Amino acid sequence: MHNPIPPKERMKIHRQLMPEQPPLERARNFVEVNRGLDVALAQEEARRCLTCKTQHCFSACPVGVQVRDFIDLVVAGDYLGAAAKIREDNVLPAVTGRVCPQEKQCEGSCILSARGESVAIGYLERFVADYERSVGKVGLPARAPLTGKKVAVVGSGPAGLSCAGDLVLKGHDVTVLEALHEIGGVLVYGIPEFRLPKQIVRDEVENLRLMGVEFRTNVVVGRTVTVDELLGEEGYHAVFVATGAGLPMFLNIPGEHLCGVYSANEFLTRVNLMKANEFPAYDNPIYDCRGKDVAVFGAGNTAMDAVRTSLRLGAKCASIVYRRSEKEMPARAEEVHHAKDEGVQFQMLTNPLEFLGDEKGWLTGVRLQRMELGAPDKSGRRSPVAIEGSEHVLPIHVAIIAIGNKGNPLVQSTTPDLATTRNGYIVADAEKLKTSKPGVFAGGDIVTGGATVILAMGAGRKAAKAIHEYLQSGIW
Amino acid sequence: MFLIVEARFLAPDVKLLRVQAPLIARKRKAGQFVILRVHDHGERIPLTIADSDPVAGTITIVVQGVGKTTKMLNLKSAGDSICDVVGPLGLPSHVEKFGTVVVIGGGLGTAIAYPTAKAFRQADNHVISIIGGRNRQFVILEEEVRAISNELFVTTDDGSYAEKGFVTDQLAALIAAGRKLDLVLAIGPIPMMRAVAEVTRPHGIKTVVSLNPIMVDGTGMCGGCRVIVGGKPQFACVDGPEFDAHQVDFQILIQRNAMYRDMERKALDQLLQPPAPAVSAGKDAQCPDGDPCRFVEKVPELAGVWKTGA
Repeated sequence: MHNPIPPKERMKIHRQLMPEQPPLERARNFVEVNRGLDVALAQEEARRCLTCKTQHCFSACPVGVQVRDFIDLVVAGDYLGAAAKIREDNVLPAVTGRVCPQEKQCEGSCILSARGESVAIGYLERFVADYERSVGKVGLPARAPLTGKKVAVVGSGPAGLSCAGDLVLKGHDVTVLEALHEIGGVLVYGIPEFRLPKQIVRDEVENLRLMGVEFRTNVVVGRTVTVDELLGEEGYHAVFVATGAGLPMFLNIPGEHLCGVYSANEFLTRVNLMKANEFPAYDNPIYDCRGKDVAVFGAGNTAMDAVRTSLRLGAKCASIVYRRSEKEMPARAEEVHHAKDEGVQFQMLTNPLEFLGDEKGWLTGVRLQRMELGAPDKSGRRSPVAIEGSEHVLPIHVAIIAIGNKGNPLVQSTTPDLATTRNGYIVADAEKLKTSKPGVFAGGDIVTGGATVILAMGAGRKAAKAIHEYLQSGIW
Repeated sequence: MFLIVEARFLAPDVKLLRVQAPLIARKRKAGQFVILRVHDHGERIPLTIADSDPVAGTITIVVQGVGKTTKMLNLKSAGDSICDVVGPLGLPSHVEKFGTVVVIGGGLGTAIAYPTAKAFRQADNHVISIIGGRNRQFVILEEEVRAISNELFVTTDDGSYAEKGFVTDQLAALIAAGRKLDLVLAIGPIPMMRAVAEVTRPHGIKTVVSLNPIMVDGTGMCGGCRVIVGGKPQFACVDGPEFDAHQVDFQILIQRNAMYRDMERKALDQLLQPPAPAVSAGKDAQCPDGDPCRFVEKVPELAGVWKTGA
């Protein structure tokens, strides 16, 4: 280990703060909020690592990044070496360094977190990945000799990319099939530019291409080609289904058809993938939010992305409306904190009853009801109970529904022998990610329901391992 | 990139494009659609597949130039290409032997209804086709439709060709004549489809319409294409595009389709702005030499707009 500072001294160094764009400035532009650590800050932060023998950070990482070892390489000043070390287990370091909920994983399990100041592992991961990109040298791992086995990966989101990266390194012939016109899945249509610049996703995809992964856009599995055809006439030996949880849920209250009511998926896709914020330079329009009141229903990361996007589109007032209290919000702490700094209003313990519109079908407001917390429900969270006589109307022009997704049915409905759950998700075993259909594996949100980028990537890795074993042994 | 192998106008501003898309051509069934993006700054729009040739690996789409994207498509010639085409999307038309089937196509709707009419005929139905347009120029594919129909009626709103009147008049006449109709398929402008639904409703004749809401991805991911059918939201891209006409809330569909009207107008005005469209539309969408005359030559019906705009 390279760290010259004695452990006791290391503990005296405070965690470095992430340099950010000033809140009120960034709330009006799409430039990335976090600016990243510079070399000096990164060095200072890396020296805080206690280089524990028992690496809780490593165990808590869904893809098993060798955190201690990469941080040690940062201390040694070998940033490319650090990047290569991360890439052994993580094909998208510049992405996960930005969007992982580190506080619940590596950083949450860091021994220093007991004192409230875990090592900023996410910041360091991002620093290393950005360094690598800035010098234009990527430490791509070497590829094993070709096996002649073909694998189709359905969906190019985090699960698909991670699986493709691992399989191609094992020497398999991997083709990723994507329904949209751009590669990246939720990384390009869902997560906004100000949290994850799209150029980073493009660069990481390019790295995978250099490693040998083939990408095909505009292919909808279940429509353009079926899973059975992939395993049959198309000659693939295995298929990994990673289509994500792509069917938005609505509130099922009156008025949801009104113009101005969006699913978070649509609102974010119009901006992130279709660049509606640059209309008319880009053709795809979006509701002109300038000077308007926007309410987002839900309190997960997608809700935070949507509400902060609406501010950047010029919204006068942007609110989160959530039926539980702040404590139950599923969003990452950093996202909530950023949203608050930018001026997002939080209306907690508030439930929508009905959207109101004018005679031309445009949204004018929402009828709301105040809630209080009652007894814990099945999820262990105290369930909200309506307060009598608390109904009121909030005037809004745009409503964005961000309460989650169901499984997209296109693959399942065209693959009769693929078992699914009641919610339309694919059934796959937890370790091997095998589905009910031989040769077909599934992972990510299409199995678990909406989760995080890193959990999907973890599933992609597990699947790659199981697919590799299956291709080697031929035993299902 | 998807190569256009044939392009010709069927009517003013209505163009037929045959596009190289072998994967789609192989799988496509009547009633399905594609989503396309004309250029790399383009929007994604759905268009029904009018025909396909699995051997040649081509699909045929028929485009009416009403907004920027469709006008740009109509500027394309054979040898040009389209940035992205994905499909076939949506559920195929439900085709079986119903008995007597009336297929109604209004304007461009004729091109969309044609493949399903053909499938109905192949399934041994007695196919009565009613096609219509504003005037003679907008009656399209008449010979193609005649070839696959047992009976054909043609109407024009202004009487400039064939029978003067609306397609619904012909339908009402068939019903009044006591013809037993087992199914009506109506595809065309929303007011026409709604009118057809109202003609058949009192008689309890099963009626199907193909809906064209605004879409983004076309795979169920965005929910923008939701339509209200039987009081419940349905996604036209994965649950449709064909629905029971008597259950569809046409008013909401009209309102939702108007959502971006101002912006669509703005984008179109910008495209029509001489001397050359001020968009990075890819070289083949603009006049290669920037000569406005060439532009007008390619889209003759823009000549009027051009003069007033200049």
